[in-house]
Amino acid sequence: MAAPDKAKRKAGFIPLTIIFVLFIIFLYGPTATIAILSFQGPDGGLTFPMNGMSLHWFRQLFEEQQVGDFGGSLTRSILLGIAVMLCTAVFSLLAGLAYRRSFMGGNVLFYLTLVSLILPSILISLGIGIMFDRIGLSPGWYSSAFGAHLTWTLPFGLLIMFAVFNRFNKSYEAAAIDMGATSWQTFRLVVFPLILPSLIGVCLFGFTLSYDEFARTLMTAGTFNTLPLEIYGMTTNVTTPVLYALGTLTTLFSFTLISAALISIWAVRKSRARKAPTSA
Amino acid sequence: MRFLTANPSYLQVTPLALVILLFLLFPVATIVIVSFWDYNAYQLLPDFIFENYEFLLTSSVTLSAYLKTFFFAITSWLITLTLGFTVAYYLAFYIRSPLLQSVLFVLCTVPFLTSNIIRMISWIPLLGRNGLVNSTLQEINLIDAPIEWLLYSDFAVILAFVHLYTLFMVVPIFNSMMRIDRNLIEASIDAGASAFQTIFQVVVPLCKSGIAIGSIFVVTLVMGDFITVSLMSGGLSASVGVLIRNEISLLQYPAAAAGAVVLLITVLIMLSIMFRFINIKKEL
Repeated sequence: MAAPDKAKRKAGFIPLTIIFVLFIIFLYGPTATIAILSFQGPDGGLTFPMNGMSLHWFRQLFEEQQVGDFGGSLTRSILLGIAVMLCTAVFSLLAGLAYRRSFMGGNVLFYLTLVSLILPSILISLGIGIMFDRIGLSPGWYSSAFGAHLTWTLPFGLLIMFAVFNRFNKSYEAAAIDMGATSWQTFRLVVFPLILPSLIGVCLFGFTLSYDEFARTLMTAGTFNTLPLEIYGMTTNVTTPVLYALGTLTTLFSFTLISAALISIWAVRKSRARKAPTSA
Repeated sequence: MRFLTANPSYLQVTPLALVILLFLLFPVATIVIVSFWDYNAYQLLPDFIFENYEFLLTSSVTLSAYLKTFFFAITSWLITLTLGFTVAYYLAFYIRSPLLQSVLFVLCTVPFLTSNIIRMISWIPLLGRNGLVNSTLQEINLIDAPIEWLLYSDFAVILAFVHLYTLFMVVPIFNSMMRIDRNLIEASIDAGASAFQTIFQVVVPLCKSGIAIGSIFVVTLVMGDFITVSLMSGGLSASVGVLIRNEISLLQYPAAAAGAVVLLITVLIMLSIMFRFINIKKEL
């Protein structure tokens, strides 16, 4: 880009940078606030000022009678998140591959998947809840909530896969087939490594969206709460910073997963760049 | 079965199709059917009556809930669009280094992958009666008594919506902006357009579909919401979703189902308008 162009753009640079920084503070500030407040002393309340510093409220979390079924709901949310993650990754990869060819009903299914994404969550929740009730099944976090979560995570997975295969250079595959690779070898040795970074992204979405999902779980979780439902319950009856301690821990957990996913995507890309320095 | 071997796509797409069938189409069909049923305090009574709709469509509670919901949707949409567009514009046109651009972009999207409920709760120590905002304003003598409308109010609801959903605007608009040929911007400036003229006559039309995608997300999320409204208004405001949620907790499923069908039709009408602006497959 030419230098004078750069000089012209500087005009709005400072105000826009200020807006951007304020936006980032707006995004992260509140979470940072409860992170600080979760270190309240034992006599501290839900707001500032800090009444000393302690790990009191984090310890409280692990004493079961204090805050409901924290351990159980956490376990359920993690197990559900893993199951949803695996299904989202596999199902959307398969569907992504399917959409590389045209097939009957493909368009209808694509639009239904979009509908699944943007349909108000309360409809899915209510619908699955009543449906299970009518066919005489009792809803459970591993059955009805699992299905409800897939209606939320699969569209994201499919859209990511569409984006991947739209940019996919088919000549790599053609080259593999020309050199005598079977279609399974082509997939395993050529296609899969190329789309692996995006697949890690799909896994991250699958897990975290399920782990944090509330609206679609509400009527579908059955007897046992997932973690977001447990937290929601706590907002009405817990009036101590233990709520913030839980919020801080679960946010930290999400941040850890996001960082792990980003680092592995970066590592995959880097090792590929090292192996094939000339390819794009 | 011959078409299965001829085109493996059918087999590959089966899991997705099954999930959509079992957990989207069947449940929506169930809602539509049950919305015509009768009920008493103990059970649902299969029937074909219009009373649920009649009650719903003639009640003033429904009308005020819809007005409230539209108010939330339009206000949140305007704010998230303005804010999201500005942020995306800054990222796309002011950040030159691709690395910094990716880092800042990720920074904007990470909160999407954390818990919405925690993000709502985290406003409480800031906005409450004795919260940080009120105590700071009192300390510097700007106000004498705490401002009551900061938390548990419509203001708080909209603030939370903007906080939760602006990134749904940033991502698609940024995506559209990155595809704009930079020469067009320079041509516009060379032709004598001011910065604002360039934005509104070149950039905005070229990211129409990004704006539409973001709008679809924000509007549908707000229209169907019940959790943000009930948590942030402290139960003082009732949106359409809150009404449905209340009927669910009273086990009045047919009434809730009728409410859900009307909500679904409303959202579909709004979507059919917004989908005119985009070709979604081209966007990916």
